[in-house]
Formats: sequence, C-alpha cells, structure tokens
Amino acid sequence: MDNLIEIKNLHATIDGKEILKGINLSVKPGEVHAIMGPNGSGKSTLSNVLVGHPAYTVTEGEIIYKGQDLLALSPEERSHAGIFLSFQYPVEIAGVSMTNFMRAAINAKREAQGLPAMSAGDFLKLMRDKRALVNLDSKLANRSVNEGFSGGEKKRNEIFQMAMLEPTLSILDETDSGLDIDALRIVAEGVNKLKRPDTSTLVITHYQRLLDYIKPDIVHVLYNGRIVKTAGPELALELEERGYDWIKNPQAE
Amino acid sequence: MSNEKEYIEIFDNNRPLIETLCSALLNKERAKAFEQFKSTGFPKRDDEEYRRTPIDKLFAADYGMNLGRLPLQGSPADFFSCDVPNLRARQEYIINDSFYRDAAEKSPLPEGVLLGSLDQFAQTHPELVEAYYNRQAQESDSLAQFNTTFVQDGLLLYVPRDTKLSEPIQIVTLLRSNIEMLSNRRLLIIIDQNATADLLICDHSSNDKQTLSTQVTEIFLRRGAALNIVEIEETGEKNSRLAHLLVNQESDSRLNHCCITLTNGLTRNNIKVTLAGSGAEAHLGGLAICDKNQHTDNNTLVEHKASHCNSSELYKYILDEEATGVFSGRMLICPDAQQTTSCQTNRNLCLTKCARMYAQPQLEIYADDVKCSHGSTVGQLDENALFYMQQRGISKDEARHLLMFAFAGEVIEKINIEALRDRLHLLIEKRFRGELNRCKRCALCKQ
Amino acid sequence: MKKKSNNIFRKIADKAYEYGFVSNIKTEIIDKGLNEDVIRLISSKKNEPQWMLEFRLQAYRHWLTLETPQWAHLDIPPIDYQAISYYADPTKKSKDKQNKEIDPELMKTFEKLGIPLEERLALSGTAVDAVMDSVSVKTTFKEELKEKGIIFCSMSEAIQEYPDLVRKYLGTVVNYRDNFFAALNSAVFSDGSFVYIPAGVRCPMELSTYFRINAANTGQFERTLIVADDNSYVSYLEGCTAPMRDENQLHAAIVEIVVCENAEVKYSTVQNWYPGDAEGKGGVYNFVTKRGDCRGNNSKLSWTQVETGSAITWKYPSCILRGDNSQGEFYSVAVTNNYQQADTGTKMIHLGRNTRSTIISKGISAGKSQNSYRGLVRVSKNADGARNYSQCDSLLLGDKCGAHTFPYMDIHNDNAVIEHEATTSKISEEQLFYCNQRGIGTEEAIGLIVNGYAKEVLNKLPMEFAIEAQKLLSVSLEGAVG
Repeated sequence: MDNLIEIKNLHATIDGKEILKGINLSVKPGEVHAIMGPNGSGKSTLSNVLVGHPAYTVTEGEIIYKGQDLLALSPEERSHAGIFLSFQYPVEIAGVSMTNFMRAAINAKREAQGLPAMSAGDFLKLMRDKRALVNLDSKLANRSVNEGFSGGEKKRNEIFQMAMLEPTLSILDETDSGLDIDALRIVAEGVNKLKRPDTSTLVITHYQRLLDYIKPDIVHVLYNGRIVKTAGPELALELEERGYDWIKNPQAE
Repeated sequence: MSNEKEYIEIFDNNRPLIETLCSALLNKERAKAFEQFKSTGFPKRDDEEYRRTPIDKLFAADYGMNLGRLPLQGSPADFFSCDVPNLRARQEYIINDSFYRDAAEKSPLPEGVLLGSLDQFAQTHPELVEAYYNRQAQESDSLAQFNTTFVQDGLLLYVPRDTKLSEPIQIVTLLRSNIEMLSNRRLLIIIDQNATADLLICDHSSNDKQTLSTQVTEIFLRRGAALNIVEIEETGEKNSRLAHLLVNQESDSRLNHCCITLTNGLTRNNIKVTLAGSGAEAHLGGLAICDKNQHTDNNTLVEHKASHCNSSELYKYILDEEATGVFSGRMLICPDAQQTTSCQTNRNLCLTKCARMYAQPQLEIYADDVKCSHGSTVGQLDENALFYMQQRGISKDEARHLLMFAFAGEVIEKINIEALRDRLHLLIEKRFRGELNRCKRCALCKQ
Repeated sequence: MKKKSNNIFRKIADKAYEYGFVSNIKTEIIDKGLNEDVIRLISSKKNEPQWMLEFRLQAYRHWLTLETPQWAHLDIPPIDYQAISYYADPTKKSKDKQNKEIDPELMKTFEKLGIPLEERLALSGTAVDAVMDSVSVKTTFKEELKEKGIIFCSMSEAIQEYPDLVRKYLGTVVNYRDNFFAALNSAVFSDGSFVYIPAGVRCPMELSTYFRINAANTGQFERTLIVADDNSYVSYLEGCTAPMRDENQLHAAIVEIVVCENAEVKYSTVQNWYPGDAEGKGGVYNFVTKRGDCRGNNSKLSWTQVETGSAITWKYPSCILRGDNSQGEFYSVAVTNNYQQADTGTKMIHLGRNTRSTIISKGISAGKSQNSYRGLVRVSKNADGARNYSQCDSLLLGDKCGAHTFPYMDIHNDNAVIEHEATTSKISEEQLFYCNQRGIGTEEAIGLIVNGYAKEVLNKLPMEFAIEAQKLLSVSLEGAVG
C-alpha cells in the first residue's frame, strides 16, 4: 500500500539552531505511530514542521503527503488536505467564539473542496453531535476559543475540533500532558472513535500511559533530532521500564 | 494673516446676516462666545491638548459657509442610503448645519417630547432653551466658542419627566455641497428626570469636496435620566470633523456613549462628562478603524465631582497604512468624589510600520477612597492565534478578519441598544471587507 | 498602661528627619549671584582647562534664554537665582594647610550619616565618594579599583587627570540645551563622581556617592558621569541628605551614563533631601536630569530610586535604548507627605531593534502632598520588536493628598508591544483592622503595608540600601494617618 506520508531526510532549524537532523519516517493509511523521546529531542519541532509553523525553517529533505510536496503548501492548505495538529498548548483567542471559529474552519475546508458553505442548521447539528463525543459542555461552545478553559477542557476541545474537521492524518502532540486519568480516557476514547481504516495518527508522547488507550502499530524513538530506534508496541513498554538513558548511551548496553 | 483673524473678519462683516436669520437667544450667546474667541483664537501647536491634532492648519483652506442659510435642492433620500438597513428608528436629518424638515409621515412622539430645529425651538420655547443652551459650551475651549459664534441651527431633543422613548431616534447629519465648505452645527439634548432615550447619530457625506464641520453637542441628564447614544462617523477622506460632546449628569443618571469612527479624514472628538450628582454613571466607548491617512483623535475628560459615581471608558483603535490614532483620556477625581469607581482601557492595533498611535491616559486623583485604574496597550494581532486558525484551515486573511472583528467586537458589545448591536457588527464587517469606502491596497479591505 | 503602638509611634516620631543636623565646618562660600564672572571664578578655583570653561559659558549663555519649565504637575515658587551661592567648599581648611588630612569635623559629619570615610570602617564591598556642598571630600578604595583599571574619583579630579575621557563623554547624553536645569547645571556644576569601567571588567564592589548639602543659601549642582565600556558591569549607589533649614535649597544635578556593548549599569538612588517641615517650610528643590544612553548592542541600564525627601522633586531618569537588544529598567518608590510635591517618572526611548523596557512605579501620597508619575514610552519607526511593560500604582493615605498618573505613549512601529497599567487605591480598612487585631498598631501596620506595597522595587536595591530604604519609608510617613 502507498504511504500516506513519507518524510525523507528532514532537517529543520529554529532561530538558526538545527533541531531536526535527518528524520526518515513513513506512515501508511490506517496506521498509528507513536513518537517517543526525552525532552528536547525534537518531537514538538517535528509536529510543528509538519503543519508549517512559520518559526521553523526546513533546510533539507522533503515530505510527500498523499503524493504531493507538503512543504510547498501553506498551513491552511495542509489543513484542507487533512492534516490536523492537536496542539500541546492550545492558544486562547479572546473575542472569537468557538462557533464562529469552527464555522470559519469548516467552510474554508468546504470551499477548498469546491463545496458550498454549510447551512447554519446543519452546522449547529454537527457541533452538537461532535461535542457529545468528548463530553464537551455546550457552554464551552459559546465561549471564546480556549479562553478560560482548564487544561483538560483545552485538550478535549482539540479533539472536538478534530472530530469536526475529520482529518486524514492526526498529530497528537503531548495530548496527554496535564490530564488526569479520567480526562485522559475521555480524550483517548474520542480519538479511537474517530479512527477510520484510511486515517492515520501520529501520537507524540513522553510516556506510555496514553498508549495504553491508543494502541500504536509502530513506535519510534526520537533522540537528538533523529529517529534512533523503531520497533513494535513492545518498545514503548520497554521505554517505560528502562527510561531513555539506554537510548542516549547505546554503548552502556 | 492668521486664520482666526480671517474668521473674526468674516464674522464682523456678516454679523447682521447671521443674526437676522437666527433667534435672539442664539445671538445673545453668540456675542459672548465671539468675544472669547477673539481673545484666544484657535488652539495653537504648543497647546498640549491639541499637540497631535493641529487645528489652525485645518482652517487655512478657503471654505464657503452657508451664512445666508440657502436651502438645498432635493431631499436627503435622493442622495443618501443608510448602511444600517432595517433599523426601526425614527429618522431625522441635519443637512450641513440646518435641521431638515421632511414631509415623511411619522408616528407621533409622546406628549411633551420636543424634537426638531434648535433655532425654531429657541423662538417657541425660549425659557427651556435659555436654561440649557451654551451652559456647558461656554466653559469649553476656543473651538466650542468658534462654533457658538457661527452656529445658526441644529437639533433639539427634549424628553420630559418620566417619559420613556420607545423607539430609537436616528439623526443623520449629511454633508452636501458643491464647493469646499465649513459648517457648524449644534445639538442640545435634555433628558428630564427619570426619562430615557436612545439616540443614534450618523455622519455622512455625499460628495468629494473638502469639508470641515464643527459640532457641539450639549447633553443634560437630570436626576435619574438615562441616555444611550451612539455616534457613527462614515464620511470620506476629505471630511474633517471637530466635535465636542459635553455632558452634565445629575444624581443617579446614566449615560452610555459610543463613538465609532469608520471612515473619515481627520476627526477630533472632545468628550467631557461631568458627574455632578452622586450615584451617576457614565460609560464611554470608542472604536476607530483607520487606514490611508485617516486621523482620529479622541480626547476625553471624565470629571467626578460627586460621591458614589461610576465611570468606565473603553477605546480601541485599529490603524492600518499611514493612519494616526490619538487617545488622551483624563480622569479627574475631585476631593468630594469619595467612593468613586473609575476605569479606563485603551487598546490599539498597529497593522503597518507607518501607522502611528499616541496614547496618553491621565489619572488625577484628589480623593482617597476610590478605586481607579487604567490600562493601555499597543500591539499587533497575536501570531500564535493566527497560526492556530491557519492550522484549522482558515486562511491568514480570514483569520486576521476574525481577530480584528473580535478586537472591535468588545466595544460593540457594550452598546445597550440591542437592535443596533447586530447591525453594527454587520457594518464593521463591511468596513473590514472594504465595502464601505473601498480601498484596494490595505489589509483591512483585503478579502 | 500605655499601648505598645504608642511607643512605636514615639520612636518613629523622634526619628523624623534624623539627618537634619548642621555641621560646624569652616566653609569657603563665594558671594551669592550668577554671572559670567562667577562661572570664571568657579572654573579657576577648580583650576580647570580652557575647554571646560568654554563648556560652562556656552551653557550659561543658553540658560539665559530659557524659562523655568511649567508643564509638570507642580507648584514651584519663583526662584531667585541671584540669591544663591554657587560654590561652597568645606575642605578649604585642609587645603590651606597643604595637607591631605580631612577636617575631623567633616569626618564626624559623614560618620554621623553612617558613611565612614575610613576604609577600615567601611561597609563591606562598597567604595564611597563623599560630596559635601560643592566639593568631593574623599573617595575610598580608589587604589584597589585602579588595579583593575577602574576609575572612580571626583569629577574635579577627573577633569584634571583624565581630561580626554571626560571630554569624550561629558554632555553627550544630556546636552546643555536639554532643559532649563540641565543648562544651569552645565554652567555651574561643582563636583560629583566620575566612573569609568574598562572593557571586560566587572566592578568588584558597589560604587557609591554620598551627597550632602551643608552650607546655607547654597545650591548643589553636582554632575555624575558613568561610562561602562564593552562587556563591563557596575552597580552604583547614590544617597543624599541635607540639614533642616527654613530656606529652600536648590539641587539641580545631572547624571549621564554611557553603556557600551554588552555592558550593564545598575544605578540606585535613595533620595532623602530635607523635605521641609510639617507646615511646608523649607526643604530642598530637587530638579534633576538623569539619563543613560544604551549605545551598545545588548547593553542594559537599570534605574532604581527610592524618593522620600525634597520639598519638590522633578526628576525623570531615562534610558535611550539605541543599541539592538538593549534593555532599560525603571523601578521607583516615591513617597510624599505633608506639603511635599513630586513629579517623577521615566522616559524609555526605543531606537534599536528588539529593545525592551520595564517600568514599575509605586507612588505613595500622604498629608497634603501631591504625587505624580509622568512617563514616556516612545518607539521609533525602526525599533522593530520593541517591548515595554509599565505598571504605575498609587496609594493614597488620607483625603487631602493627590495621586496622579500621566503616561505618554508614542508608538511609531507596527510590531511593538506596549502595555501600561495603573491603579489607585487606599490602604484598606480591613487590612489595618486585621493588623490591629493581631496587636500591631496603626502606624506600624501602615509601615508594614507600605513596605509590602513597595517590595517589588525595594527588592531591586542592594542589600544595605534596601534595609535603609525600608526604614526611611516608615519614617517618611510618620503622622500620615492621625
């Protein structure tokens, strides 16, 4: 089967400092990949580069997504093409209601697909249906985007937006951070319910615990800007047990 | 020859003409104001209050003045259509500097309410007009004296005790002339005890001649009165406006004022609110959306003279291209104004390198049992928010619109004439999309 | 039984302006009045080179064309500039003897002020330049500093010993044309401190100047110049006191600071000039121009001031953020009581890219005083990425005083982020009652609360100074609540 996304020898910098030093990674439709690694290894940089964050510069390599050059696309075009990032730190946007925000997002995507704008009735119904998926309070939908949301609410809101936009490739950047066990379960269940045979997920995480709920097919270890180890789900358990030191110092084996 | 000299001469030469066409009452105040103006002249460059908005230069152009009060041909409907459609309001017009008596059928006003030509009422209701006319303006600066010197008409609204106007009154001030023109208009608004009114004042121009308007609005809120007043300025690059809004509030009265500058040339709004009776409340809002060479200067003074009063101010500017924004907000808390709460907020967005913002909040406090605060910021649209929206598929331009709209929305939300709020949202959206005074280059208008 | 709080109150009351004594020192004072001959006389007494005299005369001629500034929120009585003596030298006696020894009376004065001039008694890690009236009395630890190439001496000495350095920098930050008082100072300045920190040197101790006005009917016009060369660091402290006299005394100083690439200067002031008595009689007029020029990239200048003294204060320590990434800070506590008036604040002029500034101002007004914050933040067209945060709080004690805030913001750049916040409030009755209930008297409680309120600023002061400043705050507010 063709790869959904193929990352080849990706190098990226921020403020002139090289963070990614040659990433190679391929994800096939339907697969769940976990990317693990110690702090500062480049996990968040990878997710930001995939969605085209302007602060990062790709200096070398390429990313092929659905057969096209991803790096040539603007952030919104990548979104329209089905890439969704659940942000590690979702930004608060004062004065912009969730409803207006989601309507703008949905209709922008529909426009890109050559579809007419969604009617207000259909849109509100869609909001209602998807909200239920992550137990998001209807009150939150009337508030400004992420404003005054608790940590858990923000993460649930991310998954709610994912449900609304139905991406092909979802990147969950440390979605488990700051969540208690119940919130974690709700978020993970939401993600699992959204899973379809043709959609793929990149789970970026520090710990095993999210992977108890979202089962990865393949686990990668990112260290110092490179993928240093790739294996099956058992690798995550091993990392949980042994920490990252043995990866950092392979000669200590 | 300095500019004031020229106007002093114009007045001297045309005094009989001005006065014969106008009521004795207005003429009486005119004489006093002229003497004052003669001694002070226009505000000068070194006048701290007008440092960022040079005045004398504005008067240098060769304007025509309709001192003979020649009537205009045609009705307002011929050359004006409202950008706030379907607003259920009673419409009145001031064309240039005169109240326009239209033939349209209107529902009768509640008993005792006076609405119409100021000059006319000065003749039919002299005791009422005399008690209020120029009471506040005579204490104001030399521009107000200039207005009193030349003004011949305008509008009067009087709402008697315990009367509540059920529908908003929309006053459209229209600038229309075939030559460069200076017009001076006057509004006198008296809301008697426990009466309420909603007022919408819209400035429009319908030609591309350079104009300068002076406008003095004197408002008296008697005990327990409430007034909601929204001013919308939607003129053109060649139209300059020098306005005074002077409000005197008795105890337990309530003022909500919002001034929205959408399209203009140069605007200076002098807003002075005196909280003279205890328990009075004043809430001022302002929104300026400026591009090209637009210049908007809001200069506010809220004077707390009595105890237990409450005031708030929220002024926001969005400056694009080479626009200039000036905000000077003074809060003066007099020694007797204990238990005052007062807060002022000024937020500004600069969208280009050439846009300029001058902000000068001033707190002057002589009473100790008060809660006063002010905050002012200048900044740009939040880059992180823009990116977050882009990740969700919203284009950068659309994201900018959403953020600017949200930024502006905070001012609109404070307006408590509900019917108007939705329409204002629409109007502002039109402005952002360049559908009002279209301009191709700027970010505000880009689709 | 007397309440404990009353005892504390007594203690505080007794302490009121403890530096108000007059020293009996033989002082040479020149005749009152100001004209070109007086300036020539000052210059010749100091044995100055011709260029210095020219500098003074040029400034004097410009001063004659100026008028006293009126824009501040101050009520300044007319000052008769001919009724002031422009030069007073308390070291005359020792000079006559051709002897390097300092008059013991002079030594005693500074000891009483807590400023020992003998190095063995000195506060640990602080070098002091003691200035009384127009003349620098003694500078300690000069030799130790010299080993590192640091120059710390009186301005008079610097003009003699390091004329090239002085000439290169003097008047380049505060031009004599800058304002009325700067012109006056440039014409008649007598002494002050000169500091030069060579490239790459971290000054190993705090440098400190102690200013004292003693002689009657004199003005003090000191001039301080600090130059921090590339990659250097210095922390500088300034303290001031004056005797209690019924007449007003004029103090018009200039402080100029040059901060080169990667250098950092911290300038702390505890200003405790005589504020006048409870009826508003006497006191020092403190009209000071302080400015630093962050010329180099990544340079940093930090002003910290605790202003408790002076009858009238007119002072705006400023930063010109010229170098890219340069930083300016201003931390201020200004207390006014009785009839004191203060109009003080700062100017942050952002010229370079990514320049940052922080302003924290805490005003406390009591009695019948007027306390104003006035500050300007200007971001020029090319100052991309400029950031400013300003916070100006006022605390009112009593209902006869005034607290005012006048921030000015001139922004000519689209990617500057400027934030200003201000609040005005009074000490809450609940807080006072809470303290009372715990056995703390009202006066002391006010002291506690005020110190807490000012803590953000006091924390920026070097340790010894901070303790001194805390005491000073309590003393200054004595009798504020009756």
